[in-house]
This record gives sequence, structure tokens and C-alpha cells, in this order.
Amino acid sequence: MTPPDYEYLRKLLKDHSGLDLSADKQYLIESRLLPLARKCGLSGIPDLIAKIKAGSSTHTVQAVEAMTTNETFFFRDKVPFDHFRDTIMPEVLKARAARRSIRIWCAAGSTGQEPYSLAMCLKEMGAALAGWRVEITATDLSQEVLEKSKAGIYSQFEVQRGLPIQMLVKYFKQSGELWQINPELRAMVQHRQLNLLHDFSQLGTFDVIFCRNVLIYFDQDTKINIFNRLARLMEADGFLVLGAAETVVGLTDTFKPIPERRGLYRPSGVRAALAMPRAAMAVGY
Amino acid sequence: MKTCLVVDDSGVVRKIARRILEGMEFTVIEAEDGAVALEACKQALPDAVLLDWNMPVMDGFEFLVQLRRMAGGDVPKVVFCTTENGIDHISRALHAGANEYIMKPFDKDIVIAKFQEVGLLALDASAEA
Repeated sequence: MTPPDYEYLRKLLKDHSGLDLSADKQYLIESRLLPLARKCGLSGIPDLIAKIKAGSSTHTVQAVEAMTTNETFFFRDKVPFDHFRDTIMPEVLKARAARRSIRIWCAAGSTGQEPYSLAMCLKEMGAALAGWRVEITATDLSQEVLEKSKAGIYSQFEVQRGLPIQMLVKYFKQSGELWQINPELRAMVQHRQLNLLHDFSQLGTFDVIFCRNVLIYFDQDTKINIFNRLARLMEADGFLVLGAAETVVGLTDTFKPIPERRGLYRPSGVRAALAMPRAAMAVGY
Repeated sequence: MKTCLVVDDSGVVRKIARRILEGMEFTVIEAEDGAVALEACKQALPDAVLLDWNMPVMDGFEFLVQLRRMAGGDVPKVVFCTTENGIDHISRALHAGANEYIMKPFDKDIVIAKFQEVGLLALDASAEA
């Protein structure tokens, strides 16, 4: 890929999704866009770029989706799910005992491994949640990714990355080489397409927000803006879960870290001024 | 250093497994069937067993049953690694005391993930491996 082509794609990605790729991610773009170019019947990435430059919105959307799809697996990093079970849920069960409902948002739900991991955690809690209304909202930028999440069908490779074998046996149905998560768990997850750069206040209020491994791609101002908007749709006693390489520290005081619970944050009660990031004004799709 | 007994009748699979496990800082012992593996366990119990199902002389399932009957035989973590990918086989294995189950084909990431799952490997190992 020529440097101007790379710069063009970087800017395209930044404008459409807010993702800020560093200068050394050529391999990433090539590994994502070459299969897409082939799928579209094009000879390679230069042809794909030509289509985008010519104003083809189909190709633009597909290219942005391909570049923003992240690797994910069940119970990724394990620790956040331990926190969910041992720290978050006991508190939520107490705090919501009267209302008996809990709303969870997976803000980068991707192909479903994270929301379904949470659904399995909740199922494992058994009787403690009997009679509760549990709602997991999974959002992602990519419609294609959401469709896969909705179907809940995974390859043999995918179900072996992080998913304990007992969980596979308990919560999945085998169909040849593929494994589908049970309808009961699928019904716990609602899917919605969403760009984090755009207004998401319509989603309602959440007790728990998982927003892992997506903010790392955004620039600092965008991160701050998203944190401040997340704080607004979170219950005052809610929990925010970030990825291992992410933090609010030094960016915003709307959330404060929970000591000795890496990746776990709670609203601080401070309300920050809201302005939409500039990138969000750019033409979306 | 932890030891892992690799039981598979394919020399190629044993070699691939050895390379992955040595990368994870395990000392590797090889056995080409369940009977040889059982003898090795009588000499010294390993920390982990990576176990094929279908093998001549004694298959992996029979080995597992025998191992779990031995004194101290409940301690080693047994991870099946087999082309028997049906849920019936998986259930049988778990019932007989297997700790984890890898469906072939496998790669380094899967072995790391499964070994982490049963507590044989620190959680941050995947970052360096």
C-alpha cells in the first residue's frame, strides 16, 4: 500500500468511526481490506480505494466495518468477569432488591462473545436472580458483526478461546463443526447498531457498562467526550468496566477507579460539560 | 518447572505439542499410547496431561479412568486433545474426570487458553507467548 493510500484510509476511518490508527498499522489494514476487496470482486486494495474515492457508500461502509472489527473471545481477560460475579453483581443485587431489574450495556459487543459471557455468568448465579428482569444491550458499529452476534453461532476455534468446556457443554448446541448458544441466553441479549461518536442517550439508564478495548483507538478528546456521556446514562451507583489497557485517570473526573479492582470504575458524581466531538459532525452513515 | 505428559500416537502431533508447551515453560514427556503413559505416571505424576483419545494398545479414555484410580492420580490436570469433537465424547470425558477438552485442530492460543482455564498457567501468559 502506498503511503498516500494509507493516509487516505486513516483519515477515512477517523472521520467515520473516530478510530485513530497509528502510522504503523499497514498490516492491519491490508489483512482486513484485501479479503473485502476480493469479496467485492475487485483486484486489490487500490481498486477498493478508487471505489471509495468515487463516492461508493457501500464500499465505504464495508471498509470502515472491516477495519473496526476487533478480535474478541469468550471471557476475554477473565478478570473483568470475576469482578462482575464477585464485586459488581453482589452490590447490584443489594442495591436493586426492590426494583429487581438490572440493565447492562456492552458498548463494543462485537460478535457476541462478551454479552454472552455475561449472560452465562448471570445464568450461573441461578436462584439469586430468580424473578429478576435482566437486560443486556449489545451495540456495535458494524451491522455485519451484530448479525453474527444475534445468530450466536461460533466456529470450533472460537468456542475454544476462553470458554470453559463445562460452559460449552451446558450452554451450546452442536451442529457439525459449529456451535450455537442456547435460545434462552440469546433472548437475554438485545442488539442495536450504534456509533459511540453519536448520541446514545436514547439507550436509557444502565447499572453496568462494559466498554472494553474500543476507546484505545480513539484520540484523547473523543475519549473524554465518551466518558462524560457514559457517565450521564449510568446509575449513580453503577459500574463501568474498561479494558486492561484503558483508564479514566488523567482524562476525566466523572468516574473514579475502584481500588484493587483493575479496570473497574464508578461514577464520581461530577458532571462534565458536554460537547459532541468534532469528528461526530463529519458525515456518518 | 512444571511437567506435561503428551500422549498421542502421532509423532508429528507430539512434536507440535512439545514446541508449544516448551514455549510455555513446561518440561515435556512423551508417550505414544495410554499404556506407556500410565507407566510414566507410575514413575512420577506429571502436573498436566495432554491426551489424545484414539490410540492403539490403550486409548485416552481408558488411561484417564486408570489414572484417576491411582494414588494421587486425581492431582494431574488432564486436557483431552482429540478429533473426537462430538458433545457425547466431551461429556463422557468430563464425567470420567477430564479437566478440559481441546478439539483438534488446535493451535498455541487454544492450548494457552485451556491451560489458563485449569490453573496451569498464569493469566498474563498469553501476552508474552
